[in-house]
Amino acid sequence: MANVKIQEIRKSYGDVEVLHGLNIDIEDGEFVALVGPSGCGKSTLLRMIAGLEPINGGTIAIGDRVVNNLPPSERDIAMVFQTYALYPHKSVAQNMGFALKVAKASKEDIDRRVKKAAEILNLTEYLDRKPRHLSGGQRQRVAMGRAIVRDPQVFLFDEPLSNLDAKLRIQMRTEIKELHQRLKTTTVFVTHDQIEAMTLADRIVVMQDGIIEQIGTPLDLYDNPANEFVATFIGAPSMNLLSGELSGGKVKVGDQLFSGPSGLGKVNLGVRPEHLILSDDGFPMEVKVVEPTGSETMVFLRFEGQDVTAVFRERHAFVSGQTIHLMPDKDHLHIFDAETGARL
Amino acid sequence: MSKARRNPVNMVAAHAILITYTLIALFPVFVILINSFKSRKMIFREPLALPNADSFSLIGYQTVLKQGDFFLYFQNSMIVTVVSLFLVLLFGAMAAFALAEYRFKGNTLMGLYLALGIMIPIRIGTVAILDMMVQTGLVNTLWALILVYTAQGLPLAVFILSEFMRQVSDDLKNAGRIDGLNEYTIFFRLVLPLVRPAMATVAVFNMIPIWNDLWFPLILAPAEETKTLTLGSQVFIGQFVTDWNAVLSALSLAILPVMILYVIFSRQLIRGITSGAVK
Repeated sequence: MANVKIQEIRKSYGDVEVLHGLNIDIEDGEFVALVGPSGCGKSTLLRMIAGLEPINGGTIAIGDRVVNNLPPSERDIAMVFQTYALYPHKSVAQNMGFALKVAKASKEDIDRRVKKAAEILNLTEYLDRKPRHLSGGQRQRVAMGRAIVRDPQVFLFDEPLSNLDAKLRIQMRTEIKELHQRLKTTTVFVTHDQIEAMTLADRIVVMQDGIIEQIGTPLDLYDNPANEFVATFIGAPSMNLLSGELSGGKVKVGDQLFSGPSGLGKVNLGVRPEHLILSDDGFPMEVKVVEPTGSETMVFLRFEGQDVTAVFRERHAFVSGQTIHLMPDKDHLHIFDAETGARL
Repeated sequence: MSKARRNPVNMVAAHAILITYTLIALFPVFVILINSFKSRKMIFREPLALPNADSFSLIGYQTVLKQGDFFLYFQNSMIVTVVSLFLVLLFGAMAAFALAEYRFKGNTLMGLYLALGIMIPIRIGTVAILDMMVQTGLVNTLWALILVYTAQGLPLAVFILSEFMRQVSDDLKNAGRIDGLNEYTIFFRLVLPLVRPAMATVAVFNMIPIWNDLWFPLILAPAEETKTLTLGSQVFIGQFVTDWNAVLSALSLAILPVMILYVIFSRQLIRGITSGAVK
């Protein structure tokens, strides 16, 4: 096991720079999720850690070794791919033991380690099957088995759950977390699904357009987003932004005043859907759509030309077209500069 | 096609068309085969009749086999075809892998340059090729034919195979790299097995024109010891007299090896080995 130090990492394709000097410190045994919309460079960064993409600037160190110029096989990492990437003509056992075989490990050693990994992943009875005879979840487990068998310093996951159906995805999510708690191997996990990132990771790196927007624990990102992008990206349904006016330490939205920082200018008031409370002196909002999910009810509303989402745990009999009064919870307000998106 | 749309009328129509086509395609082969077992007189009297007790004759085969060189011709054809195919597949696949897998300057240009050969018939260059072979002393060797056929087969091989290689999952190749395979092992152990159906297609496309070619053997290797089967059979076709028994027998025998090779490759054609590799 080892820490991973990423310093001033740059990557460009031709003249186009896609990663603009990233710094991430991943501690020994930590589970870090890289999350962001597609095209933000998260997969590229992972592939650079793996050694599948050349590095144009900066350094990546695994343990105390700078690995910039090492081929993937010498970096002591294991990677799980979105498409599983199992060798189709090899059995499950051969798939899992292949890296060891290439590294010229003894047959007994390979057998022992494959068996152990198969036990961890409940694959023992499938060891002789070919990948095409396995279900999606089983293939995913074989891909993880292939990584475990090598006992690497770092696990790299590239959107490993995207190809699974919703139910299996949640199940595998739990399995990955369990696995990490058991093995305590440093893990970097790329996903575009913020729920996956929130549930799995010790720390999350939110990326956009090749820069890091914020690094923090899941709840830290949720409670104290550094800017509008992080605020709206983390959390589902995402945070509401109400445009307002800042002056004299007060933010004016509609006809209401909220306490804010000093300064002057246009701002956005960020309110999480669960922090909108029914109150007679709140903003009048028109109900558009009501989506009951059982445990909670999502209500989509319209307020001064802006879309607003609210979530209630209690059951209310709202109907479309009705006007209800909602008040933001004053303890959970986020104020962002309307131009830069930075938190004020 | 979904099961629901498979109605009996369509099925019958489709099969009727396919069977008609098969009959048309097999008819000449059939005529050659039956006539090769008939006496000369009967070939002309009733070309379409099956050999019977009266007309049955192995005279053609006897002539061909007595002509002692026939096995040598056969062997020459075999060597030229198999070695050319091997070289076309090996170098074609390697070039295709490089074009499909690596980003380098001029990648597209190189691909176009290699594909250019598809559009230009190699026979246009016959004089230059002959000149080159004379100067390198390769005239009347099997190598002359092998080299020409390899050159002739490469453009289409590279073109078809690079398309297929692009479809091989990057993740799979990267998994191999992480597992410590070098690029050659990735090519031979991971990618080649996955494009086997495409390799078989290329092999079949190249095999038949090489086996049947008369042009280059006639020009580059007409010597007795390097004659190919097609060229060798020509001795039976004269300006004034043609020994039809012998010609038809030689042709019948010539069909066999290609058919065997075809059967070997066509098994690969249908094998869907990629299923289960990636989702």
